[in-house]
Amino acid sequence: MANNDHLGKVKKGKDVIALNIIAYAFTGLLALLCLIPFLMVLSGSFSSEEAITNNGFSLLPQDFSVEAYKTVFKEPIVVFRAYATTIGLTVIGTAIGLLVQTMTAYVLARKDFEWRNAFSFFFYFTTLFSGGLVPTYVLYTQTLGLRNNYLALLLPLVFSVYNLLVMKSYITSIPDSLVDAAKIDGCGEIRTLFQVVLPLIQPALATVGLFIALAYWNDWYNAMLYINNEKMYPLQYFLYQQVNNIEAYKKLISTNAVSSAVVSALSMPTQTLKMALTIVVTGPIILAFPMVQKYFVQGITIGAVKG
Amino acid sequence: MKKSGFKGFLKKLHKYRVYLLMLAPAVIYTLIFAYYPMTGVVMAFKKYNYAGGIWGSPWNGLENFRFFFLSGQAGLVTRNTVLYNLLFIAVGTFTQVAVAVFLTEIHGKRFRKISQSMMFLPYFISWVIVGVMAFNIFSSDYGFLNRLITALGGEKIAFYTTPQAWPFILLFFNIWKGVGYGSVMYLAAIMGIDTSIYEAASIDGANVFQRIFKVTIPMIMPTMVILLLMSVGGIFKGNFDMFYNLVGNNGLLYNYTDVIDTLAMRALISSNDFGMSAAIGLFQSVLCLITVTIVNKLVSLYDRDYALF
Repeated sequence: MANNDHLGKVKKGKDVIALNIIAYAFTGLLALLCLIPFLMVLSGSFSSEEAITNNGFSLLPQDFSVEAYKTVFKEPIVVFRAYATTIGLTVIGTAIGLLVQTMTAYVLARKDFEWRNAFSFFFYFTTLFSGGLVPTYVLYTQTLGLRNNYLALLLPLVFSVYNLLVMKSYITSIPDSLVDAAKIDGCGEIRTLFQVVLPLIQPALATVGLFIALAYWNDWYNAMLYINNEKMYPLQYFLYQQVNNIEAYKKLISTNAVSSAVVSALSMPTQTLKMALTIVVTGPIILAFPMVQKYFVQGITIGAVKG
Repeated sequence: MKKSGFKGFLKKLHKYRVYLLMLAPAVIYTLIFAYYPMTGVVMAFKKYNYAGGIWGSPWNGLENFRFFFLSGQAGLVTRNTVLYNLLFIAVGTFTQVAVAVFLTEIHGKRFRKISQSMMFLPYFISWVIVGVMAFNIFSSDYGFLNRLITALGGEKIAFYTTPQAWPFILLFFNIWKGVGYGSVMYLAAIMGIDTSIYEAASIDGANVFQRIFKVTIPMIMPTMVILLLMSVGGIFKGNFDMFYNLVGNNGLLYNYTDVIDTLAMRALISSNDFGMSAAIGLFQSVLCLITVTIVNKLVSLYDRDYALF
């Protein structure tokens, strides 16, 4: 993390004070701007629908109410199902992804493997040119027939060349002598990887694992393309659909194209419901954030160094 | 002596069998999900139908491209994609460098830590959630900003029907989501600067502004150039997640917000025009390949070590 010890002993002259004023103002303001949208969602979720309809969103809850959360959990099974889907995909996807990425990176980092450059290029080329949206869509939906199949949510994110490069540059930094020594002691490749290399690359495992996990947790795109059974929606796409349904429902009411029976349901929270849903979907990420932040910082810095 | 020929190849195949076995899952995956779809680009030259699939559908030459270009959409979405990316790269780099420089100069340790964490937070949420947040701020009925404007005696602005406002809104959220993540790279570069350079500058009587502009910025220039070039490599790629979640299917805004990726998606999902969508995709892939190749050449001229291939 940021640290200015390396600037050495700096006299606190007028210039330093002036700069610190600018620096505090700029960073402070930017940091606040980053936080405000989160606060607005949180306060909106704890406001009454009436207050939001009359006054709009604000930074603090208006007319404190938990009505919106009650509505979210009126049918808890719906939310829990989306949660289970996302957690399941995240756990399985991260485990498989880490295994495949580590094995591949290990081999590509072995200097005694003469074909390593050819294979590296084989993987790398896919970031330069891709078939694009339609061929991939046809592959999943028609060739493999994975519409409404959890594999269509699992497979697209399980392997990425970027993560491979991060992993490879980390494994490359392990002294060859350690690997060679293990081999002289009679370790096979697979044992060397799992018993000698793996314990040494734990930070990289954490970093890449978290990159993969975050990608699964935040994925809505593949669900939009391949899933139309609402019981299979992962969290983010569940939220996306709910938000759109709420907006469509509001439009329906405002154009008076609905019966009075529906209009009488108008008291149902809409805006605050959206906020409560957003909080329910984001919560775990925000709670995990303080613990995982440093691994991401690490990953970004390793990723900058090409493998 | 180096063995060659088929026999030598077989021998190596045997020697590397464990390595190859370990590579197999990733290789098979890449063949199926990256290389096989590349052959699907032929769809751009076909009149696609479900029954025929990729290979059985009839050819229709450049018809898909002709429509894409003559309708004027090609020009519009390409222009939007490039202009947005240039805007994001320029303002993004400036903000990220400024944050990194300021964070290193700030004295309060706790302030530094907390503000950095706050700026990193948006990186972790999905664009779906950013879409919800944007609505909270910019909606005409409930939006925070309109509330602020009317409180100050101004007129409400209907952002969701005002296309001119969207370059600013999209820029804001792009910076918002990327500043914490992006500044980490520059922070790392600043951490790597040799302390003795700062000491020498301070002995020479440099004030803090001179130290920033004469030492810090020049020293992180290589990182900046490399990162800039790399982002320029993706200049024809629109951030679909962002545009789709913030703008959605709001056709009123398309002139200002439609990018190559959103158009390709609509051609596929809304109009089910596989051939047209594939043509748009191929057009983009080729542009990307050309730019990345040029950029890589430039990077390798600047610093051989950073070249990607």
